[in-house]
Amino acid sequence: MAEVLVYVDHVDGAVRKPTLELLTLARRIGEPVAVALGAGAEATAAVLAEHGAVKVLTADAPEFSDYLVVPKVDALQAAYDAVSPAAVLLPSSAENKEIGARLAVRIGSGIITDATDLEAGDEGPVATQAAFAASFSTKSRVSKGTPVITVKPNSAPVEAAPAAGTVEALAVTFGALATGTKVTSRTPRESTGRPELTEAAIVVSGGRGVNGAENFHIIEALADSLGAAVGASRAAVDAGWYPHSNQVGQTGKSVSPQLYIASGISGAIQHRAGMQTSKTIVAINKDAEAPIFDLVDYGVVGDLFAVVPQLTDEIKARKG
Amino acid sequence: MSLRIVVCVKYVPDATGDRQFTEDLTVNRDDVDGLLSELDEYAVEQALQIADEADDAEITVLTVGPEDAKDALRKALSMGADKAIHVEDDDLHGSDVMATSLVLAKAIEKAGYDLVITGMASTDGTMGVLPAILAERLGVPQVTLLSEVKVEDGVVTGRRDGDTASEQLQASLPALVSVTDQSGEARYPSFKGIMAAKKKPVESWDLEELEIESDEVGLEGSWTAVDSATQRPARTAGTIVKDEGEGGKSLAEFLAGQKFI
Repeated sequence: MAEVLVYVDHVDGAVRKPTLELLTLARRIGEPVAVALGAGAEATAAVLAEHGAVKVLTADAPEFSDYLVVPKVDALQAAYDAVSPAAVLLPSSAENKEIGARLAVRIGSGIITDATDLEAGDEGPVATQAAFAASFSTKSRVSKGTPVITVKPNSAPVEAAPAAGTVEALAVTFGALATGTKVTSRTPRESTGRPELTEAAIVVSGGRGVNGAENFHIIEALADSLGAAVGASRAAVDAGWYPHSNQVGQTGKSVSPQLYIASGISGAIQHRAGMQTSKTIVAINKDAEAPIFDLVDYGVVGDLFAVVPQLTDEIKARKG
Repeated sequence: MSLRIVVCVKYVPDATGDRQFTEDLTVNRDDVDGLLSELDEYAVEQALQIADEADDAEITVLTVGPEDAKDALRKALSMGADKAIHVEDDDLHGSDVMATSLVLAKAIEKAGYDLVITGMASTDGTMGVLPAILAERLGVPQVTLLSEVKVEDGVVTGRRDGDTASEQLQASLPALVSVTDQSGEARYPSFKGIMAAKKKPVESWDLEELEIESDEVGLEGSWTAVDSATQRPARTAGTIVKDEGEGGKSLAEFLAGQKFI
């Protein structure tokens, strides 16, 4: 059976959920061979094996953290040369897309980004993508070279599928470009304790209707009652009420959670572009004419300052 | 020493229009107005600010696209760029990101550059991979997704705000930079700028001038193929209730029914 390279997203050995989802999709195409780089790479092997990795290629070197992107491309290319895979898959993130893109150039292949589904086809893997603010769904293939495909979080279930998960050290030779962009300092983002926005199963977002940074605690309280991530519309971010890192939309992050709750968000096309692939959509808005109501499975026309706290209390009561 | 800046821009269909695919599964550009991609305005703005700080700088805006794409160049010229290059060729129709980046890279090399600046992604394809691909093709450092950027003494520095950390980056020129919408509000063209833009040079290049074979680009020459594009069925009308004091509770009931609680 053909081997499929799966690039592993992990933090000091803790594998992030989108990688496990990716292993589910990789098994539809072939046998997953995982590539884990950086500090803690070997510690990823156990969980990757539980989810279907037949082999885990690991490498660590200071270059991975001291320089931007290219050292990881060099390593992924070394893995590609060692395995000759049928496809290379990466969880979609800003950095992973850059890694995949550079690899694709080097191996003379096409790249597909932000796939929401993947299946085996006669001419190689077929990727489903959302286009034009998710008003269209497309099916695409890489027609030249070995397909490089990045897949959005929440595109597949995490499934246990025990495999060997043999750990092998990957020999990496860094090229001249690897040290081109130096990372001179790194400040970790302060953890809110909430799930990462792009990979959360539930996202609770606030917009213009939240009417001030001081009111966002209402949105956060609802999010915490559901174990959700907090998002914000561009209007709320531009007004300085919430950090840009939480912005959902065309110029922010694209999310596709199981449940999306929009509060005080009208649903302009730019916002819809970032959330329209959510499985279940709920909105609370004073304006019955707000375009967001065209998308919802359940909508409440009302004042979010009354509805959201009541919802939060009710959820807490039901959860006991 | 003159600092040669090339800004890559894209002419995109207006996102607020009714965007559709054509029969060959490429973007229908006829029925929706086009404009300079909003995210590229930030690239033009940063180029202008970098040029202001430099002793002597020249900004060239570059686009690959159909005849109408000149509008995107005019907008950038009216903001303050010095000259423009339009790569236009019938054989480019349907080019994917690999094919387009090949053309851009050849054009950038032909134009000559010390610094290439792009937006973080286009607002139509939204892939966000072109900057990295261009850096790979040009063989220069990528200093991408910057929310702050500065060029001094042949060195570019900037801040990249990622999901888990904020990083300070540094690279020597020549280099490629991409900027986010956090890099600074783009200026509006002044009346004077709009008038001046009409007199600024716009060069037109085709594939032959860039020594690119037609089978390396276009729909057939691209590295990816779209097999189908289906309009998503309109969502079936959801339940909408008016809050008369119990809105939060009814919503909780719905969420419980869907097993979210």
